[in-house]
Amino acid sequence: MEKEIIVLGIESTAHTFGCGIASSKNKILTNVKSVYKPQRGGIHPREASQHHQKVAPFIVKRALDNVGMDIREIDAVAVALGPGLGPCLRVGATVARAISVHYNKPLIPVNHCVAHIEIGRAITGLVDPLVVYVSGGNTIISAFAGGRYRVFGETLDIALGNCLDTFARETGIAPPYIVEGYHVVDYWAERGKEIIDLPYVVKGQDVSYSGLLTAALRLYSEDPKKLPDICLSFREHAYNMIVEVAERALAHTGKRELLLTGGVAASPVLREKLKIMCADHNATFRSVPLEYAGDNGAMIAWTGLLTYLNGVVIPVEKSFIKQRWRLDEVDIPWRKQ
Amino acid sequence: MAETMKLLSKGAEAHLYLGEFLGYRAVFKRRIRKPYRDSKFDRKIRIKRTLNEARLLNAAAMAGINVPALFDINLNTTTIVLEFIDGILLKDYIMNAGTENSLRILYEVGLIVGRLHRSGIIHGDLTTSNMILSSSSGRIYLIDFGLGEKSWELENRGVDLHLLLRALESTHYDIAEMGFKEVLRGYSDVMGINEALKVRSKIDEIRSRGRYVVKRIRH
Repeated sequence: MEKEIIVLGIESTAHTFGCGIASSKNKILTNVKSVYKPQRGGIHPREASQHHQKVAPFIVKRALDNVGMDIREIDAVAVALGPGLGPCLRVGATVARAISVHYNKPLIPVNHCVAHIEIGRAITGLVDPLVVYVSGGNTIISAFAGGRYRVFGETLDIALGNCLDTFARETGIAPPYIVEGYHVVDYWAERGKEIIDLPYVVKGQDVSYSGLLTAALRLYSEDPKKLPDICLSFREHAYNMIVEVAERALAHTGKRELLLTGGVAASPVLREKLKIMCADHNATFRSVPLEYAGDNGAMIAWTGLLTYLNGVVIPVEKSFIKQRWRLDEVDIPWRKQ
Repeated sequence: MAETMKLLSKGAEAHLYLGEFLGYRAVFKRRIRKPYRDSKFDRKIRIKRTLNEARLLNAAAMAGINVPALFDINLNTTTIVLEFIDGILLKDYIMNAGTENSLRILYEVGLIVGRLHRSGIIHGDLTTSNMILSSSSGRIYLIDFGLGEKSWELENRGVDLHLLLRALESTHYDIAEMGFKEVLRGYSDVMGINEALKVRSKIDEIRSRGRYVVKRIRH
């Protein structure tokens, strides 16, 4: 029997500090996280990093307690070195380096976007999907080709989640961002009747959300009573744009599966639209369950395990954080062409 | 009408049928309803794209760029009828042609994009899936102008070429860098070195606005 390999993974790229443990035998053993929730406004990188510093030791300890292990029993420690917010990344990197040095464990660099895709594949069972990754910080359409996850489309400016959240915040309907399980924009949109024309910006396989956000906010400032209609129009434009470019990428790449992940995967409306689109192309649609769609440590542990099994480790003195580490810069040796 | 014709292909937004129009072999490109969109919203977009494509195809033809001739347009069925171009997609050509031939063809693509921009036309979806290498003439034909626009602005030209760069990086990753150099060389031979340099730095700027780029340019 092969020896079981255990990897502990740490995520701290944005508002979540997470710690997960993955095993070469049983995939995910535990997934613990604490999410920084700003009282008002968006994520302030310094305040988020202070949150991470405060919770880090407890989150790591709880993960180990959950599986009844001592930290000496793990084989390696993985950390998301990017992309993300500098101050936040530094907390996770510092914790991981400390574990690596103090307990003499190999350190494994993990790209946060790759991790979202790999945990999605592991959990949904999809083999070679087109990936739609939509969150507060990312809007990427990607598929595997030639040893890497290539980017077939992305936002030219702000991310879908950021667009939705900023709109909600500026109009005063958030926080809280989630009402009765729905994003607050989806919640208000259900009460809208008429779709008003807003900028619908698809450039080839890319989208642009900043014009849509500005126009929707202007509409609101002109007539706040129209909020339900504005929310409906805003989200229809925003979602239809991403579904359209996903459809283009599906046709272009000829993939037979579609994986939806990232925090915005929580939206039932977006899921439904993608499902309908996939049915049109006889493609299998799967959405990553919320626990693993949002940022989490388990995805770092799992991807760290795949990385480690392929012999990739990083010396501590070279383990710099990479705030702008692109998805398509990372070699994926565990996938065959 | 279209139902009796031979289905050529199902693209992301349109179905292509092969038929006849006044004795010519013709492609009927029908933009189909997208069930994930609200029906009014859907119709608005389909009509806008159909009209847009017809206008730009005409403008490109007048500018002497190789595009299929526009035979007819029907807004009720959001269908345009086009001359049939026999050939292969440039995407498939490049995948099998070897580096040298691919680079030569990409130089020609650069010439074509240059002519397009010189005529005030932005294609809006420059990928190698939207170019056909004619088997009879060996020339490259541009198709799929639905996302295009008329513009003389550097910004729009930059976005147009940036799309092509992205398409090369995702689909022809092994020759992307060299290939795009060839595109710009062709572009420069039409537009002049000054315009080409301007658009090159514009592309860098557009890239730097993206979410994750290695270096940001300071302005």
